[in-house]
Parts: sequence; structure tokens; C-alpha cells
Amino acid sequence: MAEKLELQEVEVWDGNMAFAQAMRQAQIDVVAAYPITPSTPTVHGYAKFLADGYIDGEFVLVESEHAAMSGCVGAAAAGGRVATATSSQGFALMIEVLYQASGMRLPIVLGLVNRALASPLNVNGDHSDMYLGRDAGWIMIDAFNAQEAYDLMLMGFKIAENMGVRLPVMVNQDGFITSHTAQNVKPLQDEVAYNFIGEYKEVNAMLDFCKPVTYGAQTEEDWHFEFKAKQHKALMDSSKVIKDVFQEFETLTKRAYKSVESYMMDDAEVAIVALGSTVESAVQAAKDLRESEGIKAGVVATRVIRPFPFEEVQSALKGVKAIATLDRSAPGGTLGMLYNEVSASMYQSEHRPVISNYIYGLGGRDMTQKELKEIFSDTKKNADAGKLVTPLQQFSGLRGPKLSFFN
Amino acid sequence: MLEIRWHSRAGQGAVTGAKGLGDVVANTGKEVQAFAFYGSAKRGAAMTAYNRIDDKPIINHEKYMVPDYVLVIDPALAISADITAHEKEETKYIITTHLPKEELLKLVPKLQGKEVYTVDCMKISMETIGRAIPNTPMLGALMKVSGMFDIEYFKNAMLKVLSKFPQKIIDANMTAITRAYNEVK
Repeated sequence: MAEKLELQEVEVWDGNMAFAQAMRQAQIDVVAAYPITPSTPTVHGYAKFLADGYIDGEFVLVESEHAAMSGCVGAAAAGGRVATATSSQGFALMIEVLYQASGMRLPIVLGLVNRALASPLNVNGDHSDMYLGRDAGWIMIDAFNAQEAYDLMLMGFKIAENMGVRLPVMVNQDGFITSHTAQNVKPLQDEVAYNFIGEYKEVNAMLDFCKPVTYGAQTEEDWHFEFKAKQHKALMDSSKVIKDVFQEFETLTKRAYKSVESYMMDDAEVAIVALGSTVESAVQAAKDLRESEGIKAGVVATRVIRPFPFEEVQSALKGVKAIATLDRSAPGGTLGMLYNEVSASMYQSEHRPVISNYIYGLGGRDMTQKELKEIFSDTKKNADAGKLVTPLQQFSGLRGPKLSFFN
Repeated sequence: MLEIRWHSRAGQGAVTGAKGLGDVVANTGKEVQAFAFYGSAKRGAAMTAYNRIDDKPIINHEKYMVPDYVLVIDPALAISADITAHEKEETKYIITTHLPKEELLKLVPKLQGKEVYTVDCMKISMETIGRAIPNTPMLGALMKVSGMFDIEYFKNAMLKVLSKFPQKIIDANMTAITRAYNEVK
């Protein structure tokens, strides 16, 4: 029986430690992993807990990330609670198996510590890997700091394993900016955390020999379409469960989570929409601008990225005159993901705010307060004019001449 | 908001020092942030680590910082690193060196006219811990210069941070902290 770890009311943890502690408390049956920067300390921390007697489950160090996710698929199909963690190139190598996991409806939890994708090689934080995974049929949730990384990792298991969901969940946090930054974290005690997640419930376990089942069968034009439609419906329907789990967690901890987070949006005229640690930095910039210049600035963030909270985005941005969508991933020849998703949402709403797009922070480039305030000021110009007077897509924080597209 | 920048070489314990300080400060009910620029993180490479301390939750995640304190724990970095980057008038410098302050200022002219304190954390850590890990003595010097915590309170809090180490190492660190507290000038 695993030993309990006494935790202080306030710990000083970085995002990786937050992931590792939550994974320890979840009493996972199998973790199959292949460590990669900047998620290495998640795997390292988990392995140390195991070596020190705090974990009963199996820990399999495999030969690649493709094998790591394959191991997770096998163990989850066999009938156990399963998780792993990765970043960047490792995540890219997992992609094939991510689709297998969601298609087989396996409630695996993946801690994704966001990092840039090569080439050029870069170990620092951006959202290239997160964006790469967004069509893989996984539930995707984003943490903006270490506390949230801990909380959402715990909630990830409860969402994935819900009998109405049974889909894999990816919990994201920013590489280095969150994963290697120690901050105050208020953890739950081991029993409280475990009881919140609850016992793992098997569904069609392959190790149940009384009831033989097949995973990953072949379907062609006869059944494939129906299968994928059903999977999409399950993903869409998970919104309700995600909200319920957020609510249950709030009741337990007084820490509130929403599919779409809004900050100072009651009277906001301009808003930044972002992901990751930038959300909090943007809240700081908005607060300062409200005090210093009286700009009615607010911030909206998609806590849940998949299933995309279409209606919640509409209501969060209702009444705002101009929006800046901030994407921390190279857009590969189009507008950024947040621009496209937010625009699609707002196109269906009654009023149509002016929406612009900023690409920023690639490869860990610092997102400064100065830059965020400039973006708010730009957006205020769009709000005042009632139309785009800035370029549609700009690169923010780039050295050299200014770069913009879709002008 | 109090902001601190550490200049160190990878392996000298700046990250551990920054996190240790964070641990101690968090125990007093304050909010903390401790992070570092890693780069390719080769042992011996020049690096920087950072602390933010505030009464309310710290939500600014930019790396850019105008520091209140600059702590230099490797003697050569006072000369080779950009230790005055983004400084303000009130920025205080605590620098590890075996040199008298006047000689250091001659060697590093950009520090002239600044509030500079010196302490030989290398010598202290070699003589107490037996290894060149100048992070804990630097914290002792910071306590003296900043008056952040009473030294006995701080040492007591550090006992918990260091609890995973053998008693001998803990005792040596306590001596190092006390010596740096007394010797910084």
C-alpha cells in the first residue's frame, strides 16, 4: 500500500511538481513515459515518488513517445487508470496513437507541457504542440499557472473517466514559464484528492476474460462515418460533464473554473483573448491600463479548448467593441487558431466586434507587460474607429521590421 | 512587489537558492515566484534566476524585471555578466568577491555610485559546506542587507527547506548563513 505524503497548506511548487503530485494522488495503475524537456521533471518526480514508496502502480519507461502512448492505450484497454506526460517533439511522435486513444474511447490523461516544435530546435514554451493536437479527438484543457496545473490534472481524471465521457484528456501548461516557475500552490491532502477523483471504473476491460472484446477494429465506408460521428457527439456532450466537475471542485476547494474564463469583462470595451500564462499577464496589463489610462480593458480565456466553448465565448465577449486574439503558435499560412475560433463564434452573435490577430512568444520569446499594453492600445484604436485600423494579423515582440499580413 | 535577480553559473545553486527563498517567504503568508533562464543549461554556463515577492497573488509572468536586489554568487560574473541590466536608482547589489569593495569598484566601474555590498560566499561555502555552493550564504547576506526577516527566524525556516539533507550538511549551511550575515559589508 502506497505511503501517504503529508502536504503543507501552502507548498511552493513549479508546474511540473504540480503535475507529478496530482498524478501521485490519483493512484494511477500504469504510467508509460519517455521524458522530454520541459515535461521531464513531471515524469522524474513521478518516478521518484514511486521509488520512495508513495505509488503502487506500474511505471514503464519505454523507448519513445510513440511507445509511451501505445503503452497507455494497451493499459487503458486492459482496464486501468492511465496517464503520461510529454512535450513538443515527443507529442508530435505520439500523434498517431492519440487518434487511436480517442477513437477507442480510452480515458487516458496526458500532461502536456507546451513547447515549440523544431525546426529550428527550441526547448522553450509556445503552443505549437497544443495546436498540433487539436483535431485528435481529445478533451483539451489549459492551465495558466502551477495551481491550475495541479487542479486541472486532478479534474482531468474525473472528466475522462466519467461514464458519459470516456475520452482522453490533455491538460496543458506553459513550458518553463509555468512548468519551471515555483509559485504558491494549495494542494489537497492525499485522501481528499483521491476521493474527489474516485475509484476507477472499468468499461469493456480486455483483461475481463469472461467478456471478450475487440479494440481498434477495422471499419470502412460502412461504419467508419457513424463511428466518428458518435465520437464527435461524445466530445461535444462532454461540455456538461466538464462544467459539473468544475462545479464539484469549486464546492470542495472554493477554487472556481469555467470553460471560458472572463476577467474584468463586465464593462470592457476592448478584450484580449489568449491561452496559458499570457492570460494572467494580460490581466495584470488590463488592471494597470484601467488605473493609468482609463481604458476599459478585459481578458477572456478558453480554459477548455476542445470541445470549443462556442456559446460561452459569445457571451463572454458580448458588448465588447474590439478583440485582440493572441496565438502563441506559428499559424502556417493562415490566421491563428484563436482568431479563427473566436471569429466563428462572434459571427453567429448579434453584434460583430472588430477582431484582430497577434502571433507572439514563439520559442519562448518573452511576452512583456509593455507589449500587452501596446496590444490593448492598438485594440482601443479599432474599438474607437469601429473598424480595423490596425493590420489584421501582426507579429508582436518580433525583432527587426514590423511584420503584418492580410492587410 | 519585491524583485530579485540572481547571477550564477549553472550548478552553483541559484535556482535552489531562489526556490529556497520562495519556500521561506511563502511560509510567512506572502506570494512568491521563483524562476530561471535556462538556455542550454550546461554546468558552468552563466545563468540568471529570479524571485518576485508580493502580498497579493503574482500574475505577471513576464521574464523582464527591474530588480530591487541583484545577487551575484559567482565572482567572475560581476565582471563578465550584464549585472546592471534594467537597473533602477534604488537597485542594491550584493556581490560575491574576495576583493575589498574599493578594488571591486575599480574592476567594475559600472558599479560606482551604486549601493554595493560584498561578501565572499565562495570562501564561506568552501570553509563550511566544503563545496563551492554559494547560494545559502548569499541568502544570509540578503537577510542582513534587506532586513527581510530576523536571522534566527530565517535560519529556522531554512531548516525545513534543507530537511532532505544529512544533519552535517544542514549544520554547515546554518554556519554559512550566519557567517555571511555577519561578514557582508
